[in-house]
Amino acid sequence: MTTPVLLPTPRRLIDATIDGETVRVPEGTTVLEACESVGTEVPTLCYGDTLTPRNACRVCVVEVEGARTLAPACSRKLEAGMSVATDSERVRHSRKMVLELLGSSVDLSTTPKVPEWMERYEAEPERFGPRAEPAALGVRDARRAGEHEPGDGAVAETVEQPAKVDNDLYVRDYSKCIMCYKCVDACGDQWQNSFAIGVAGRGFDARISTEHDVELPDSACVYCGNCIEVCPTGALSFATEFDMRKAGTWDEEKQTETTTVCTYCGVGCNVTLHVQENEIVKVSSPHDNPVTHGNLCIKGRFGFQHVQRRGGG
Amino acid sequence: MDLRLLDEVATAAERDAVDSLLGAPESGWDGGTRQDSDLRYARGGHAARDQRDLLLPALHAVNDRVGWISRGALNHICRRLTVPPAEAYAVASFYAMFALHERPERVVHLCTDIACAAAGSGRLRDRLAERLGPPGTHPDDAAATWHESPCLGMCERAPAALALQAGAPARYAVSAPATPEDLDALADGPPRQNGSANGSAPVGATADSSTNGHGAAGAAFPTTFHPAPLSGLSPEPEPVAAVPDAGSPDHVLLRRIGRVDPLSLDDYRSAGGYAALREALRLGPAGVIREVTDSGLVGRGGAAFPTGRKWNATAQQPDTPHYLVCNADESEPGTFKDRVLMEGDPFSVVEAMTVAGYAIGARTGYLYIRGEYPRALRHLENALSLARERGLLGTDIMGSGFSFDIEIRRGAGAYICGEETAIFGSIEGQRGEPRTKPPFPVEKGLFGKPTAVNNVETLVNVLPVLLMGGPAYAAVGTETSTGPKLFCLSGGVRRPGLYELPFGATLGDLIEAAGGLPEGRSIRGVLLGGAAGAFVRGDELDIPLTFEGARAAGTSLGSGVVLVLDDTADLGATLARVAAFFRDESCGQCVPCRVGTVRQEESLLRLRAGASPAEEVPLLREVGQAMRDASICGLGQTAWNAVESAIDRLGLYSEEDPDTPATPAPGDRAATEEAR
Repeated sequence: MTTPVLLPTPRRLIDATIDGETVRVPEGTTVLEACESVGTEVPTLCYGDTLTPRNACRVCVVEVEGARTLAPACSRKLEAGMSVATDSERVRHSRKMVLELLGSSVDLSTTPKVPEWMERYEAEPERFGPRAEPAALGVRDARRAGEHEPGDGAVAETVEQPAKVDNDLYVRDYSKCIMCYKCVDACGDQWQNSFAIGVAGRGFDARISTEHDVELPDSACVYCGNCIEVCPTGALSFATEFDMRKAGTWDEEKQTETTTVCTYCGVGCNVTLHVQENEIVKVSSPHDNPVTHGNLCIKGRFGFQHVQRRGGG
Repeated sequence: MDLRLLDEVATAAERDAVDSLLGAPESGWDGGTRQDSDLRYARGGHAARDQRDLLLPALHAVNDRVGWISRGALNHICRRLTVPPAEAYAVASFYAMFALHERPERVVHLCTDIACAAAGSGRLRDRLAERLGPPGTHPDDAAATWHESPCLGMCERAPAALALQAGAPARYAVSAPATPEDLDALADGPPRQNGSANGSAPVGATADSSTNGHGAAGAAFPTTFHPAPLSGLSPEPEPVAAVPDAGSPDHVLLRRIGRVDPLSLDDYRSAGGYAALREALRLGPAGVIREVTDSGLVGRGGAAFPTGRKWNATAQQPDTPHYLVCNADESEPGTFKDRVLMEGDPFSVVEAMTVAGYAIGARTGYLYIRGEYPRALRHLENALSLARERGLLGTDIMGSGFSFDIEIRRGAGAYICGEETAIFGSIEGQRGEPRTKPPFPVEKGLFGKPTAVNNVETLVNVLPVLLMGGPAYAAVGTETSTGPKLFCLSGGVRRPGLYELPFGATLGDLIEAAGGLPEGRSIRGVLLGGAAGAFVRGDELDIPLTFEGARAAGTSLGSGVVLVLDDTADLGATLARVAAFFRDESCGQCVPCRVGTVRQEESLLRLRAGASPAEEVPLLREVGQAMRDASICGLGQTAWNAVESAIDRLGLYSEEDPDTPATPAPGDRAATEEAR
């Protein structure tokens, strides 16, 4: 039996320059992909390899010759003859400022690579002044759009508030949220179609929220954990990770990652078990897996307790 | 779609408000009574979800009827429109005019923006705070609550206040210039006589207009708001009061204002109305586009993009349908030109939209009007229903075979929705967040289809273009800025208001036309183009008011705002207000704008409290540059313009600045207001 081999439609190759170097890529390639193909590193935060770019964080901006403003590398398509600068003065300045603005308003302590970037772009988030006291739980969620109480500027406003712990499986620590929209997209029509969360409010008071800020068990959440999979900052984390971090026992150096096939049903999802001291502490899924694209259901994601119920019955 | 809803039920009034917009529910699936047959047939899919664009009107319906949107009401809307509750909440919480917590039926919006602050709104704010408590709160038994509002678009009679009273139908009142007595009357709430308290409203006397939905018709009142404003206030002046030299023979755009009854189609036609549409139908779509291109008309909303090119690009798109969006979300602080046009000559907007729809091959036009313009809304709703009655909208307009209709969509307090892509999100029932360009609206705009977005004033200019002919229109004004232009004068001039001048007059000419400044006052700065524009000095009055002239002078005309601050104005307070405005109105999508506007405001507040400009100004410049370079849309990109120009052109916070030594302490901003 012969089966047809599905080939993508051929794409025209275009020439453009990145930092003075000529690149030849298929038409439709983003600036970010083109940069990766020539080994130019571009920092990204809100970009997700399994999601449509929202280009909200603007840390990936590049300078396109002739354009009035900078362009987000993650979503701007490279065009024939385009000349892109990834390390110009303007680019470095905007990247530095994005890191400073985020660093001064959000807890980036668990965001990978941020210290390295801060150093590279000489970002000093402290220069906006001492951080404001975290808000009490529920205060940010009750804010009305288009209104705020101007202070005297003595402290730098932040998004910090206590973590939301309202179920046994995962924790939402929105002090660490940079509003990348990835969890909303993963929960919505890009992957899970649960629509349990949205971006509520406006401006600096915008926040990820269920309807009326109800607790997760009252919302449409199905605990697939696909939002945790895409969260770039650790704002969303397994309850195990949250508790271990709090207790100071979380140690990624000691963790091993084992990718295997989920045993619950016949779909064949790949699960990656993160194991520390012979205990499963977190489950993820490979983003390049053709079955899951990084997504799982509640069983694959959280149903691992039986694996480590040793003896005793 | 499988919706999971909270266990909350809408009240009868809430259900009635929604159902009078959407029609009665068909089954248990969309919020009606559950029947046995519902178990056999599921309703859902695209047919149910395609009504998403009615989310904003549905939220308005509840907010107008009850004053706020309860959990039960949101549930009912979600069920009716098959919208997940988290998404509906995300949309509702985006808008300042919707409340998601219980509040009194009456809400007073007191404008505290630049022009109104310069005219003494601070005293009024204190008065309201004394009576009703801090903004957004109210004493237990109060009949009203209040908010500080960004510019209400009534700058020519600052300070302004707008009261909205929920009910069936909703009512409104405008107090401008607002007096303490007016505000007391508004804060006291309605005399309890008509029994319009929520829940007890007579079912059937519905407020919702046929223009607001997908054709639900037959309401008792043809307009959203009751024609008679709230009692207890002096009546709002006629629209013509905003045009100091009304009746001038030189007027082209304003020529009908004050001369015709804005509610009468016959009046409009006898004053030359619908001659342009007749001419357009004679020329054909390509002929209209040719005339508009020849006229050199460019957009009047601020971006100055050539209208002919935009229409041509839209008309040529193979994808269908094409849409027209009239951007009447005029919210730039200091701007009120579109309000005057819509209030005083609403049929011209309807006619111009019909011409535009004809040119670009659209069958549907959306008129997106800001929520703070109840009178303009009423006049437009009236104009649409009269135009439909006479066959000037609908199928086969004027026997030409061309079919076109207009739907009004009302904003709910979000400046960002006037951005040309955010307006699509708002109409579609999503959050009003700007989209990345490319793709541009002419390719993928409203509902992902080719769309032309035009400002009200731009559209109204098309009528003289057709009547005069493109080349004759192009002869008015200068080489590259053609035609007449409306300028919104406010602040310290003797006769603030809306002025129409051909392009080419200088800033000084305009200020002189407005009577100049009162004796003994001098100009501290003139804000050109609104909050997104820039300040110029009093010795720069020879700047020609053309797009190229403003650009050469390093500023922009923007939407035509000319806000004069005299030597009594507190420039530091003005800048802090501009910064607060951008912070409040940022959609929150991108980091440079979402956090940058906060850091900008904090820095300006520190400067007012006496911080060293040597430290703060460089910080402001760095934040400002990143907002300008890296923000997604024009809001963030321009959020630093006014501050930068005040520092660089007016010399604020520099060594020789006259304001710096005498900077009042924060919270003491009434000081200069008292001086007036």
